[in-house]
Amino acid sequence: MAIEVSIPTILRTYTAGAKSVEATGATLGAVINDLEAQFPGIADRLVDAGSLRRFVNIYINDEDVRFLGGIDAEVADGDNVTVLPAVAGGA
Amino acid sequence: MLTIAQTIVDAIVAHARLDHPDEACGVVAGPAGSDRPERFIPMVNAARSPTFYEFDSTDLLTLYREMDSLDEEPVVIYHSHTSTQAYPSRTDISYASEPHAHYVLVSTADEVDVEFRSFRIVDGEVTEEPVEIVTGEVE
Repeated sequence: MAIEVSIPTILRTYTAGAKSVEATGATLGAVINDLEAQFPGIADRLVDAGSLRRFVNIYINDEDVRFLGGIDAEVADGDNVTVLPAVAGGA
Repeated sequence: MLTIAQTIVDAIVAHARLDHPDEACGVVAGPAGSDRPERFIPMVNAARSPTFYEFDSTDLLTLYREMDSLDEEPVVIYHSHTSTQAYPSRTDISYASEPHAHYVLVSTADEVDVEFRSFRIVDGEVTEEPVEIVTGEVE
């Protein structure tokens, strides 16, 4: 099952500069594990203690995975996963 | 150094004043690799807070898709501080995730004078940079 994952600038240090990579997995969690196998260290930027990090946005086919079950969201062959760090800050 | 048109500085400051006392936030996009801030894009602060800002996640995706289709990148990411100085806070630093962007801070703490400053934030390090304001367009 090939899933296309778009990688934001700040994470391209893990993918040797690639802005789009392929991964496999039936859930987002499985896809992240596959990404970690290919690009060690990347999972820690996305996941903390088993859940998706609060200030990293992940979308499956342009829908925020927060509405799709988070790390357990289902992913199918041909789906598009996009990772975008939140643009946020405070006083 | 940030080189930016007066009209865009004015637009950023006006946005900050308008959203005060909530923090205002947005982006100025420009052609990828050019370092020219050309297209002013005010964003909604989904946090609607005087001490925090965050782009709504769907707005964020729409913005990045649009910039991608126009071969642009976020040259400036701006937000306002409504009662503190225009300097990146620890939160600003820890969430800064666009290593090529100029992080512009505006302070609306004073009713009359506005502070407008620009910084690079890379790997947790903040470096203030001079701001060159030009009339007309950035070359």
